[in-house]
Amino acid sequence: MSGSQTTVRTLPTTSKSMKALRRLPWWIAFLLLVGVAVMWVYPFVWMVSASLKDNMEVFAAGLKLIPNELVFENYARAWKDANFGRYLINTVIVTLWTVFIVTVRCACAGYVLGRYRFRGSRVFMGVLIATLFVPTGYTIIPIVQVSLQLGVIDSLTGMILALSGAANVSAILIYAGYFRQMPKELEEAAVVDGAGFLRVFFSIMLPLAMPVTATVALLTFLATWNAFFLPLVFSFSRPELRTLSVGMQAFVGENAVDWTGMAAAGVISIIPVVALFFFLQRYFVEGIAGAVKS
Amino acid sequence: MWIWLLLFPTVLLYGVYTIYPIIASYWYSLVEWNGFAAEKRFVGISNYRSVFADPLFWSSFKITIIFMLLVAPARVFLSFLLAIVLNSPKLPFSKLFRTVFFLPVVTTTAIVGVVMQFILDPASGPINAMLLFLGFEGGVNFLGDSRLALITVSVVYIWKFFGITLVYWLAALQTIPQEIYEAARIDGAGFVKMFRHITLPLLKPFVIIISLLTIEDTFRAFDLMQTMTAGGPFFSTEIIEIYIYRWAFAAAIPQLGHASAAAVLFGAFVFVIGLIQLWGIFAARRLRKDYSE
Repeated sequence: MSGSQTTVRTLPTTSKSMKALRRLPWWIAFLLLVGVAVMWVYPFVWMVSASLKDNMEVFAAGLKLIPNELVFENYARAWKDANFGRYLINTVIVTLWTVFIVTVRCACAGYVLGRYRFRGSRVFMGVLIATLFVPTGYTIIPIVQVSLQLGVIDSLTGMILALSGAANVSAILIYAGYFRQMPKELEEAAVVDGAGFLRVFFSIMLPLAMPVTATVALLTFLATWNAFFLPLVFSFSRPELRTLSVGMQAFVGENAVDWTGMAAAGVISIIPVVALFFFLQRYFVEGIAGAVKS
Repeated sequence: MWIWLLLFPTVLLYGVYTIYPIIASYWYSLVEWNGFAAEKRFVGISNYRSVFADPLFWSSFKITIIFMLLVAPARVFLSFLLAIVLNSPKLPFSKLFRTVFFLPVVTTTAIVGVVMQFILDPASGPINAMLLFLGFEGGVNFLGDSRLALITVSVVYIWKFFGITLVYWLAALQTIPQEIYEAARIDGAGFVKMFRHITLPLLKPFVIIISLLTIEDTFRAFDLMQTMTAGGPFFSTEIIEIYIYRWAFAAAIPQLGHASAAAVLFGAFVFVIGLIQLWGIFAARRLRKDYSE
């Protein structure tokens, strides 16, 4: 697929310099991409840089990214005064619970829908697919009203339940597809050995679905950590329940001039997901690519 | 019986937080209600009448569509070009580039939105400083100028979610076996020829799926819009979700009936796009089958 493939036919006679010349278009592309890539990450680099400057230096709007003097006090201010320590804990609690609930419920539902035909299974599947793309803006008002009636509005519990109940259809579909293609003999052998329905599911099927579980858990983690709309309406009247994403907006609303504190808060909020991404990049990418392949 | 036991958590949670809200929205859209008073007053279709009569609703509808037209083609087309380049084994460090271009996707949209407000600030933001440095006139009010705001948010949105479409394309490109290229190379086909006669035709079924997935994605722009502009200035970036939010939560006296009517119309609109999508996916499957036969 190189830029000048026609030279391939005359390969035996090509000299080393010709070979290097054939590579040239790719090196040009490489250099162009380096430029674009630098622009691509610039906002993050700026954020980290601003989080270590003092406010005067940021306001001077210099283009220099390396601070005159490292100011770590910004982080202390964001953590304590702006309450981001609290917001971080809230986000961790909400995210872990949601990931747990979503993964378990989607694995269960996917298993049943993938392996069994029962009265209503087609309708069930149909309803799920029909609601695959329901936007939060559409369901938000009744969600708040239901939570009000259940007495879980203005609580992390309410937030977790709402986040675990909304959408996630694609996770069920991935599980269903995966369980469907597992050989029937697996199950039959286990049943002969005297394993019941639940034993088969929990000790044979679920462990085998580990790759799917990793993908679903990871994508749910990402979606929940980054969620904004639901956490926003669930913490209107109780600021101490804010998650990081909601806290950031509130912080800027209250301290419009504290740029460095804002940047530090941003770094605190984003580092956990970015770190996770670097370690588990392959699963992230596979999870998203799955939408196209199936 | 076990079957229903395993389905129970989904039936319960999905029922309460997705299915019920979908149905309840219809009922809410027919009442007058501020959310505080227990009394809901049935008013028939008058909420719909007031939504239809509200020029700002139509404006938000229009902005939602303009936004979609601005960002979806850019995401699909530009990421396609990049995917072609990144897919080549001849490009140095192509793995590293994939990581870099995907990075914004994993970051929190609402946080990025706030940070962008500062980066684009007319007085002290680095973008304007850069413009000044390059000899242009600085002080461009990217988010405060109602003619610029929507374009600005669109560019940020494309940057933020570009990586998703890129991964779609890379996955699609990986379905083409390298042997086909090898064979074509032996037959003397060049890059352009192979691209036209192998890559493009084999990617055809994916074009539909990827375009539609990307379009569907553009309806979830609330986080970025709300944190960058909150619909302003002068409603110039108010997409439907922000319109709903404003009537339901941001108003002094919430008008849940009015907001619900708008939500129902929005839901219907997204549903229609979704139907087209499903139809498109089936059409794409058929195309793929035709090729494999």
